[in-house]
Amino acid sequence: MHALVYDGSFEGFLCAVYRCYADKVGDPDIQPVQRHQVNLFDSHTEVLTDQDTAKRVWAGIQKHTRGMESRRLYMAWLSEASGSENTIYRAMRYILQGGKGAGSDFSHPDVLAVSKLWKSVSRERHRMTAFVRFKLTKDDIYFANVAPDFNVLPVISKHFSDRYADQRWIIYDLVRKYGLHYDLKKVETITLQFDDDFDPWETSPEIFDEAEIRFQDLWKNYFQSTNITERINTSLHVKHVPRRYWKYLSEKQALR
Amino acid sequence: MNHDRIKEKLNILADAAKYDVSCSSSGSDRKNKNKGLGNASGTGICHTYTPDGRCVSLLKILLTNHCIFDCAYCVTRKSNDIKRAAFKVQEVVDLTMNFYRRNYIEGLFLSSGIFKSADYTMERLVAVAKKLREEENFNGYIHLKSIPGASDELMREAGLYADRLSVNIEIPTAEGLKKLAPDKNRADFLKPMAKVRNEIIQYKEEKKIIKSTPTYAPAGQSTQMIVGASGENDMQIMYTSDYFYKKYQLRRVYYSGYVPISNDSRLPAIGTEVPMLRENRLYQTDWLLRFYGFDVKEILNDQHKNLDLDVDPKLGWALRNMDQFPVDINTADKRMLARVPGLGLRSVNKIIRARRFRKLNWEHLKKIGVALNRARYFMTCDSPLFESRDLAPDRIKSLIKQNSKSKYSKHLGKQLSLFE
Repeated sequence: MHALVYDGSFEGFLCAVYRCYADKVGDPDIQPVQRHQVNLFDSHTEVLTDQDTAKRVWAGIQKHTRGMESRRLYMAWLSEASGSENTIYRAMRYILQGGKGAGSDFSHPDVLAVSKLWKSVSRERHRMTAFVRFKLTKDDIYFANVAPDFNVLPVISKHFSDRYADQRWIIYDLVRKYGLHYDLKKVETITLQFDDDFDPWETSPEIFDEAEIRFQDLWKNYFQSTNITERINTSLHVKHVPRRYWKYLSEKQALR
Repeated sequence: MNHDRIKEKLNILADAAKYDVSCSSSGSDRKNKNKGLGNASGTGICHTYTPDGRCVSLLKILLTNHCIFDCAYCVTRKSNDIKRAAFKVQEVVDLTMNFYRRNYIEGLFLSSGIFKSADYTMERLVAVAKKLREEENFNGYIHLKSIPGASDELMREAGLYADRLSVNIEIPTAEGLKKLAPDKNRADFLKPMAKVRNEIIQYKEEKKIIKSTPTYAPAGQSTQMIVGASGENDMQIMYTSDYFYKKYQLRRVYYSGYVPISNDSRLPAIGTEVPMLRENRLYQTDWLLRFYGFDVKEILNDQHKNLDLDVDPKLGWALRNMDQFPVDINTADKRMLARVPGLGLRSVNKIIRARRFRKLNWEHLKKIGVALNRARYFMTCDSPLFESRDLAPDRIKSLIKQNSKSKYSKHLGKQLSLFE
């Protein structure tokens, strides 16, 4: 099948949407360059990213959607799920043709599928606002690693810059190898080089402030004291804090 | 700051505060002012969950567990032989700021044992909140306990710094309170609650006229009742809730299954199981009152004084009111949709939006996420296949229970065997 390959950015995706829409493609194969595998026998076209085209497409979508509907499309795209671009494209097409409210027609398979992707990404976004644990470095930067299931940094940036306006902080996505850096004025995207033997989840006294360990210790103690042992409910606990997030959480590391 | 001493105090005073179940950080939209620290997130964030499955959103501690009262149900009561401790104002401020900066918490929930007098205690609580707001420019969430008997002047000040204020009535009936907390009287609880309610109304009115009026307790007031300590039935508990919701415009009433902490003969013995299933049914009922348009009398009344343990209260109500069903999903109004067992408000809203485009059938409803296992006996949709048998309520109940697995099946087995 003929694939349309875009540069991996949301603008690039919108340009691919534009191409498909103009060519009246009903069932396209849109792929980001990082997930595209070159196959000898299949042909593909590279989509050039043009900011103006992207803006026009997005403005068109916004004209035909209300409330959360356009944000659902964007956040579904952040899922990076295989084939999600095609689902989102078909949902967009239905919305552009279906008139106002079509973006909330949950009986349409693609609109419903977008809503489900959005829900997953949205849950992960919420988890990151909760599970990020800043550690104070010797350079006076509050530093946190994350390894989210989806690419949620773009949608948590504002939450953290609004809230932690008076401290410098970095949130680094170890999976996608980029981070957000707030310098008391603005948030910028950064990439970091780690040494090979660097354990990102450890609090090394060489890097972190000496008070850091003390506050982690107090927090762990608090976590233990606020628990009611008579009400222990491990399955509920694990449902809310799935095991894969435990490495984030200082309170889940053993008490010293 | 002496680390070990602080750690010891934190352990004592967090342990003593843990029976207050409220940990909500929602309902306030406080903004971060002048590039300070923090804001309130509107919907609230649970930063972690303890092994008992409860949300940890706030640093929940007592300022002190010294107390002049001797309430039988309370671990901090005067006659209890436990370690006592007290935080200094600055220590609480430092802990809050440092936990907040690390994204551990949404803010502070500060309560206290009552030492010296109500006003003396309330003054200290207000001092912590004031310092956080005015000296540290902290805009995160603050929940303060209203101390029964505190003066109007202090309550007015408290609301200017706090997002939420709460006073726990603890025992649902006046007789129960007399028995278990002889030095307290109900009027002392109600006084600060009424004051805060009036201030909230007044500040809201003024804000309509003068934009710069400060916000006063934007997340409102809440209270808590202990369940299963004084022999009350569900009807007494929920009628009390309903009264407080209406009369004092509370945002939330919390229900806390009694955890036995004392050998006092007036109370369930140590080792008695915490009534967690009952607590859950009360919360479900609370939701039906606040969001689903039910009146408390529909669910609990003289014929039906306790909630069913084996089915949820909405299903229980539906089984007693079969004349109201089946409901046509494609035409029913929102109020009636919300009354169908197995339909939550999210599903209701999705159905209302989707049915503008086409008539919905079973397949649509399943994909939207409706619990058809329960709902199918109470509804029809765009399909000739619907429950056409005229089933008796008991039969429906057993069919539903056959096809579902309750997370409380362990408790149910035990509690039901009592009647066998």
